[in-house]
Amino acid sequence: MNSDKITKTVLFSVSILILMLAAGMLYSLVGGAIPAFKEFGLKFIFSGEWNPTEGEEKYGALPFIVGTLMTSFGALILCLPLSFSTSLFLGEYFRGTRVARILGLLVDLLAGIPSIVYGLWGFYVLRPALIEIGFGGRGFGIFTAALILAVMIIPYATSLSNEIISMVPNDLKEAAYSLGATRLEVITSVTIPNARSGIVAGYILAFGRALGETMAVTMLIGNTNQIPTSFFGTGNTMASVIANQFGEADGLKLSSLIAIGLLLFLITGIINAAGKLIIKKMN
Amino acid sequence: MKSTFAWKDHTSRRLLKDKAVLVGVVVLSLITISPIVLIISKLVAEGYQQISLDFLIKNTPDTFEAMTAVANGEKIPGGIANGIVGTLLMVTLASAIAIPIGVLTGIYLYENQGKFMANLTRNISDILQGVPSIVLGLISYLWVVKHITNGFSALAGSVSLAIMMLPMIVRSTEETLKMIPQTLKEAALALGVPYHKVILKVLVPTGFSGLSTGILLGISRILGETAPLLLTALGSSIINLDITQPTSAVPLLIWEFYNDPNMIGLIWSSSLLLMAIVLILNIVSKQIAGKRN
Repeated sequence: MNSDKITKTVLFSVSILILMLAAGMLYSLVGGAIPAFKEFGLKFIFSGEWNPTEGEEKYGALPFIVGTLMTSFGALILCLPLSFSTSLFLGEYFRGTRVARILGLLVDLLAGIPSIVYGLWGFYVLRPALIEIGFGGRGFGIFTAALILAVMIIPYATSLSNEIISMVPNDLKEAAYSLGATRLEVITSVTIPNARSGIVAGYILAFGRALGETMAVTMLIGNTNQIPTSFFGTGNTMASVIANQFGEADGLKLSSLIAIGLLLFLITGIINAAGKLIIKKMN
Repeated sequence: MKSTFAWKDHTSRRLLKDKAVLVGVVVLSLITISPIVLIISKLVAEGYQQISLDFLIKNTPDTFEAMTAVANGEKIPGGIANGIVGTLLMVTLASAIAIPIGVLTGIYLYENQGKFMANLTRNISDILQGVPSIVLGLISYLWVVKHITNGFSALAGSVSLAIMMLPMIVRSTEETLKMIPQTLKEAALALGVPYHKVILKVLVPTGFSGLSTGILLGISRILGETAPLLLTALGSSIINLDITQPTSAVPLLIWEFYNDPNMIGLIWSSSLLLMAIVLILNIVSKQIAGKRN
């Protein structure tokens, strides 16, 4: 009886530890960000100026927020046709076949490639190819980063929608077939409407993944600290500016970087919570 | 008569459209997986020459040594032993922190389905899984680098990696346990086996393959992580086993080589080694999971 109580207490306290971990993370990020918010106030979020010159230091997160949103939305749009086709391939057209198993394994392996390897490949293979087809700015920029990000988030976007698509009840599909519908018509009028919220949730989670990717983006985006003016210009994301500028940072600059980290933490948290909420509502 | 023709025309258009979309799906799916083939072939083509015994057991050369070797048209001397040892050290330490906490939390969630605390813990753990790795680096910097080791250290690197791995293990533990037949546990309890022994002798052994799949996937995910280590472990040009000192890791070395024009020769071989280990872990864990089903 006594040992049972001890076991239960141990299990309970370990799960409390997870909650404390999350609370501690928020507490430390807020604590680290306070000097920056004290100095600049809410203007920190809306100011486009990033000037580390000593004596006239001014930091604003807007260029990086805009850069992050542009690369992540770009990646989402670029990945959509690819990952959606792949989910249809895996979950509908070739469900359960050996070809689908191999393709699924390869897509899963895409998730296993480290970010820095994607960055290297983007730098040494993708970038020269883009210059070849007449891309300016030595091939760096938001578009290049979005392109590599699109490949990186494919497995996350694919796996959930594939699962949901393959769970659409056969009865429904067969009913449509018996009315003379073609496969395409079954997909557009039965499969997709039934799997809609799961597909949306998968893309939301993939978007959350794209927001925080660091190394590959850092190596390809061009690392400029102004608000990006075009989709093909250079920029910086919230994650890449932290990676880039952390080494030489202290004082107000360090606090500003932590504040950017806090914003990133909150944004990804909200996006992920939204995705999970949709999945939960579905069940 | 006329109406039959119209019907035929309409149907053939529908069938054509159906075929066209199928072709499109196949083509786009093939494009989707092309990067993995392209990336691996690039790594193998550029990296295999540099891989040798020296590459595995010697430390990184300094930039001057590498420059001289390149100027003389020789292979860059030295290897990445400092990175390999550092990666092993930090991944082991991260696993030692994350596995016990993760498995115990997973068991707690399994045992308390539907209760408020368990739901809260599960949601928080899910949200932690989405936190970008660079933010985990910042956290570990604020906690460990600034307050515990008072400088960049292997411990700080391990803590950031452990936080990254933890939610994955929690999730896979709970999912695995849910699949174990309730009757097994009830049989043990009916025999009067104490609760902790039910966990150790029934739940964990029965779910072992599922648990190890989750753990291996978690390890393969943190092996290639670079961003949090930049802010915590920093790197070192020699082998370091003191967890309070700056330490290197294979991905950190790739980043250093990338930033040093003299070291380009080592980039591909290091990436090839890293990729090979990550892919093997991935495939092994899939095999284990496949056997179970």
